[in-house]
Amino acid sequence: MSQTTTDPRLLRAPPKRPIKLSWADERVRGIVWQVLVVGILGGIIYWLWSNTVHNLEVRRIATGFGFLWREAGLPIAEHVIDYNPTDTYFRALLVGLLNTLKVAVVGIVLATVLGTLIGIARLSKNWLVAKIAAAYVEVIRDLPLLLQLLFWYAVLQGLPGPRQAINPMEGVFLSNRGLKLPWIEWQDAHTYAVLGFVLGAVATFLYRRAARAKQMQDGQPRRVWPVALGLMIALPLAIWVAFGAPWTPDIPALRGFNFRGGVNISPEFFALLLGLVLYTAGFIAEIVRAGILAVPHGQWEAAQALGLRPRQVLNQIVLPQALRVIIPPMTSQFLNLTKNSSLAVAIGYQDIVSIANTTLNQTGQAIEGIAIIMLVYLTISLSISLFMNWYNAKIALVER
Amino acid sequence: MSDITLNSAATVPEAAPRKAPVSQVGIVGWLRTNLFSSWLSTAVTLLLAYLIIRWAVGFVEWAFINAIWSVPNNQTQACRDLKGTGACWAVITEKHRFMLFGTYPYEEHWRPFLVCLLFVGLYIVSAMRRFWRWELALVWVATLTVIGVLMWGGVFGLTYVPQERWGGLPITLILATFGLAFAFPLAILVALGRRSSLPAIKAICVLYVELIRGVPLISLLFMASVMFPLFLPEGMNIDKLLRAQIAIILFAAAYLAEVVRAGLQALPKGQYEAADALGLSYWQKTGFIILPQALRLVIPPLVNTFIGFFKDTSLVLIIGIFDLLTAGKTAIIEPAWQGFGVEVYVTIGAIYFVFCFAMSKYSQNLEAELNRHRRR
Repeated sequence: MSQTTTDPRLLRAPPKRPIKLSWADERVRGIVWQVLVVGILGGIIYWLWSNTVHNLEVRRIATGFGFLWREAGLPIAEHVIDYNPTDTYFRALLVGLLNTLKVAVVGIVLATVLGTLIGIARLSKNWLVAKIAAAYVEVIRDLPLLLQLLFWYAVLQGLPGPRQAINPMEGVFLSNRGLKLPWIEWQDAHTYAVLGFVLGAVATFLYRRAARAKQMQDGQPRRVWPVALGLMIALPLAIWVAFGAPWTPDIPALRGFNFRGGVNISPEFFALLLGLVLYTAGFIAEIVRAGILAVPHGQWEAAQALGLRPRQVLNQIVLPQALRVIIPPMTSQFLNLTKNSSLAVAIGYQDIVSIANTTLNQTGQAIEGIAIIMLVYLTISLSISLFMNWYNAKIALVER
Repeated sequence: MSDITLNSAATVPEAAPRKAPVSQVGIVGWLRTNLFSSWLSTAVTLLLAYLIIRWAVGFVEWAFINAIWSVPNNQTQACRDLKGTGACWAVITEKHRFMLFGTYPYEEHWRPFLVCLLFVGLYIVSAMRRFWRWELALVWVATLTVIGVLMWGGVFGLTYVPQERWGGLPITLILATFGLAFAFPLAILVALGRRSSLPAIKAICVLYVELIRGVPLISLLFMASVMFPLFLPEGMNIDKLLRAQIAIILFAAAYLAEVVRAGLQALPKGQYEAADALGLSYWQKTGFIILPQALRLVIPPLVNTFIGFFKDTSLVLIIGIFDLLTAGKTAIIEPAWQGFGVEVYVTIGAIYFVFCFAMSKYSQNLEAELNRHRRR
């Protein structure tokens, strides 16, 4: 993390001395200590391992991951990919993993947006806005997340039933069965339009980079937004129209005792997302605030004195400096959110931990079950921190 | 104006300095600069004030005016009729002893109550800087022993209470306090190990810290509850509470180790070299020179980490240990009291908040105090 410059004197190798077999020799002591520590730890691990092997034999539990291909028979309410209880444990765990990723990705995006807003609000010149944001941060950070999750779940379960659902807008229903939102009937045209949007975004990014490079050469700023508009809005729209502009809104409506149509956000997912986003936003707000405060006021003034426009000041002077302070702690908040999503098991959202837990209870494969949970989280943690380290290195201050 | 300035210096008698305009100072000035500085600001202020007042009125109506404070013999129908408009604090009146002390024998509730007071007293004493000396460790040992005697009993005429019957707030405090008391020394060792020049020791410490920090606490708690029994020889069994405690210690130590390591890194290199030059041994150097300075540097983040662990002890709910939150959740399982989760969680939240808020304010004050020499 920290870049220490090495003293040139240290680069010179110290004079070589032969190792003396005496306690006074530092190297001998070092080796003895290491052998001792490794030996003791190795002994403990060997002892635990042999106990485990013995216990597994006595209890007649077969080790190995063979159980993954057996029929799971566990129902999962929410699944991103097709799933039914006759599928294998492997598929059940995969569904759980996707559920974890779903809540983590949506949560990270929403928490970043909300946290940034609250962090900026804390710096507002308006006393009331600043105080409300400060109170929010203080309260939300001093309550355990699990308590907040249980609270939101209790609130959602305390809502009226589908017949008396809260109906703030046409097609939006909030009841104890979850949140119902209108949607459209998905057709190929929509898929292609979304693909077009993604392509447009990539192309815009490339164009922006090229424009920046040109500006570095001749000093002329180039407008990016017309290109962005064309590539990211007009292109998908054109594709959609080219496919006949299908548009069938799917509005939920009460039929009998439940709703038909629309998309449903289950109370479990909703409570988990709400709790995670509100909790993490409290921490992100503090990070953003610290990052903005870390940019000295002179930087704003100097940029304005150079004649930059307010947006240029923000985009090219302040943000790059603030981001350097913000990114590392932000990474650990993203990781925390992902790890905290494992609390889903307490309110019955079926994430990887919940499904692995059910699996290990059904099959008795405790070691394998927990190994899977740990492996999944280690992989996610490692990927997020690798990506953020790469990003961090990219925006880091380039020194001589 | 100009003629006044021309012959001002000598002739004009010293006029009393003009007062600043009323619109710039005092309450009005403050309001103008902080609440109504522009049209947008005014609009936001008015909107927020309206929302806050509406919300506050609604909350007071729900929590106090329409609330029901007690009901006879679990007759909760009156509460259910008020659902959504009034709080049913009767659930707290009825269940507060259970929420605080769990299934501890009812007649003996004064013991866990005393334990909670002892814990709070211990925290307050440890927070005062004038008591920061090595004798404090003795106070800790003595207090924790007394707490153990009070909870278990079996001596001095106290009836024996098995661990399975403990519950509520004492469990939360025990998990948090013992967790930190053991995790902190371990964390220091790991942090030193991570900065060690001995490759094997360094590798072990890095592996430990990164592994633990990469997985959620829940997976460690699951490990403690389902996997740990497999690790032990046949016939040997460790209580569930103790297993969870071990998991929390291992988890906390990894995070604290990183905080301590930050302190070790922030210490100027000259301190290490000066200690070496004086001919101090590694442990003398560490104990007398490095740690006292490095730990002082990281006290505020340490307290923040403590707050995090205090909150994280609530996760033992998932493996069924009876802490404060579990007791609250269990209190509303009884059919008569089902559906009053909001009241129960608000109450429990208030208890957690008192502890965490006190710690966080303390950490802020301490930070200001420790940085006083930097301020000019």
